[in-house]
Amino acid sequence: MDLGSNNDANIKAKALAEVLERYAGTEGALIPILQEAQEIYGYLPGEVMREIARKLKIPFSQVYGVATFYTQFHLKPRGRNIIRVCQGTACHVRGGARLLEAISAALGIGKNETTADGRFTLETVACLGSCGLAPVMMINEETYGRLAPEKIPAILEKY
Amino acid sequence: MQDLKEWRETLQQQSHRGDRPSLTVGMSTCGQAAGGAKVMAALEEEIARRGLQVDISQTSCIGMCYAEPIVEVALPGKPRVFYGDVTPERVPTLVEKHVLQGEPVREWALIQLSGEATPYEGIPVMPGSTYYGRQVRVVTSRLGLTNPESLEEYIATGGYEALEKVLGQMTPEQVIEEIKISGLRGRGGAGFPTGLKWSFTRQAPGDKKYVVCNADEGDPGAFMDRSVLEGDPFSVIEGMTIAAYAIGADEGYIYCRAEYPLAIKRLKMAIAAAGEKGLLGRDILGTGFNFDLHIKAGAGAFVCGEETALLASIEGRQGMPRVRPPFPAQQGLWGKPTNINNVETYANVPFIIKNGGQWFASMGTEKSKGTKVFCLTGKIKKTGLIEVPMGITLREIIFDIAGGIQDDKQFKAVQIGGPSGGCLPEDKLDLPVDYESLTAAGAIMGSGGMVVMDENTCMVDVARFFLNFTQAESCGKCTPCREGTKRMLEILTRICEGEGRMEDLDTLETLARVVKNTALCGLGQTCPNPILSTLQYFRHEYEAHIKDKRCPAHVCQALLVYTIDAGKCTGCGACARACPAGAISGEKKQPHRIDPALCIKCGSCMEKCKFGAISRL
Repeated sequence: MDLGSNNDANIKAKALAEVLERYAGTEGALIPILQEAQEIYGYLPGEVMREIARKLKIPFSQVYGVATFYTQFHLKPRGRNIIRVCQGTACHVRGGARLLEAISAALGIGKNETTADGRFTLETVACLGSCGLAPVMMINEETYGRLAPEKIPAILEKY
Repeated sequence: MQDLKEWRETLQQQSHRGDRPSLTVGMSTCGQAAGGAKVMAALEEEIARRGLQVDISQTSCIGMCYAEPIVEVALPGKPRVFYGDVTPERVPTLVEKHVLQGEPVREWALIQLSGEATPYEGIPVMPGSTYYGRQVRVVTSRLGLTNPESLEEYIATGGYEALEKVLGQMTPEQVIEEIKISGLRGRGGAGFPTGLKWSFTRQAPGDKKYVVCNADEGDPGAFMDRSVLEGDPFSVIEGMTIAAYAIGADEGYIYCRAEYPLAIKRLKMAIAAAGEKGLLGRDILGTGFNFDLHIKAGAGAFVCGEETALLASIEGRQGMPRVRPPFPAQQGLWGKPTNINNVETYANVPFIIKNGGQWFASMGTEKSKGTKVFCLTGKIKKTGLIEVPMGITLREIIFDIAGGIQDDKQFKAVQIGGPSGGCLPEDKLDLPVDYESLTAAGAIMGSGGMVVMDENTCMVDVARFFLNFTQAESCGKCTPCREGTKRMLEILTRICEGEGRMEDLDTLETLARVVKNTALCGLGQTCPNPILSTLQYFRHEYEAHIKDKRCPAHVCQALLVYTIDAGKCTGCGACARACPAGAISGEKKQPHRIDPALCIKCGSCMEKCKFGAISRL
């Protein structure tokens, strides 16, 4: 490990310690802690979950149970850009499935997979609540509406 | 409290602003997805370039999702004009004509809101327009018209009058009585009378109580709550504060799904702003009443919309429901009496208190009072967010307000109530929209998603779609739901793939009834509704899949057969090049043919054929 990544690990560990400090003694803090930890690390490494369990004085199984129950939490590293294709009802009847196929074909990855270069992770979401513009998808925090398969390559270019 | 009154009066005088033109861009999630931010940037650039004295601000969703991005232009003393489908390219003309020359661009204008000003000729006036004429906007009355991030605008438009009245003149019992008189029922789906729920929590023994707002709007096809949270967060906060006073709580939580980042951001801003002005926190309005409000972001589990699962999630555990009783009113958050309502329910409260329970009860039907917000989506012309009086018919909503089916195709069904609801056919369109009628027809009011389906939608595929969702979202705690959804999904998948047997239909129906009657929580108890309603109204589609191995709507891929019409085929070879499976063969300039054994039924060939020679059966 070079000095850079060591530094990086230290910064992250410090940020995690700060989060744990801030929630110390707060009831029901496990989910917000996991959310913030994921923001720091991009996912939830096993060692991080163990650290959280130690600090909260709860069994690791409980942390692991919560982390695997909610779809928001990821136990594996993800790509730099997260594509979330909406598969809600309104998107479904307006071609959401074909949209997903088009993105999947363009990137050469399936659902919940990451491109080899780590540029994109492809996920689906039950509903983004922008049904009026169906079909829709989100890339990171940006929402794209009124999509069609042919619009995909130009959008992916931007990332 | 006197200070609040005076502040409101000052704000109201100021809001007759008037001496500068204003430009307002719809910047809710939908507005942003449609390109609202680019339009906003173009407006700012244009105004700066011309050095104009113009106010530019943002608002939320006015409900016309079909026309986003929407920009409002208002000149001093003139009506407010709303433009739809605004693009950065249209901005210079808009500024030149409307802002500088004072002439609205009529062909781009959707509606106008004239108030005391003389309306412009040739632009529909908002309350009388076809889209808004049938609507009664209460909960959505500020949406798209005020800046949701401004406490000042909320107060200037009558905000916090209700809390003032409650804390100044009413006992908690009187507040509950007023809600009972209004007839308000839970807007989250089940329709439990709100006043009664509040009285249970008030009467429950215990000195620590909570109010919780269920903002875990997980139904695919529903975005009412997101729109209200993004567009009028203060009304939800005021409603919760009144509820806290009524039931005797001093602490509350809003549980909002993490997929709604903008709603969470606006709630945080609103809570901070209300706290700063003494409208939340310690000693509210100097009356000694305390109420602290927190936000919890969900972590992506549909089942957390169920109230006991939601409470478990706030407590930091896996969001699994538990057996009721005890109900949350007796034992809720951390074992304390807890009142849980959804966003729209709380947002109605300030209006009821301000205008009186009788006013609210004068709208709607005998058992379903007031208005309801619906999201119109799917294959209709005008997708959007509407608020209508209870008792309006489905036909009025779909054909009068939303303008009917996209591309004038044939209406097939309307799906109401999301994964817990059902699909209603054409002959149910004259049904009044109220809790009892919808339940009797096999759907439910649900939270308010309405997805319209046309002739190109396969009802078996829709049933499978919902089961796919509920099966994935089932938490797995109770057997009927965990196993039942899996088996039902297997059967539906089999039918969609052409492997169905006639006896599957009976098995499916029996399974659906067992799950409905025995599952632990609302998710399991209602997830069979999409199957039961489609079996009831669209049984012929199931039979076509099983007996004829045919999907009448041409949706189920496995049942499609692609053929090339030798008479029309010119032998150009475009289809063969497009085919990813190498299933098409033929000599150059000779009719081609598709090998059914190799065809994967993707439809690529049909898209590429310029001569209409390929057909799908």
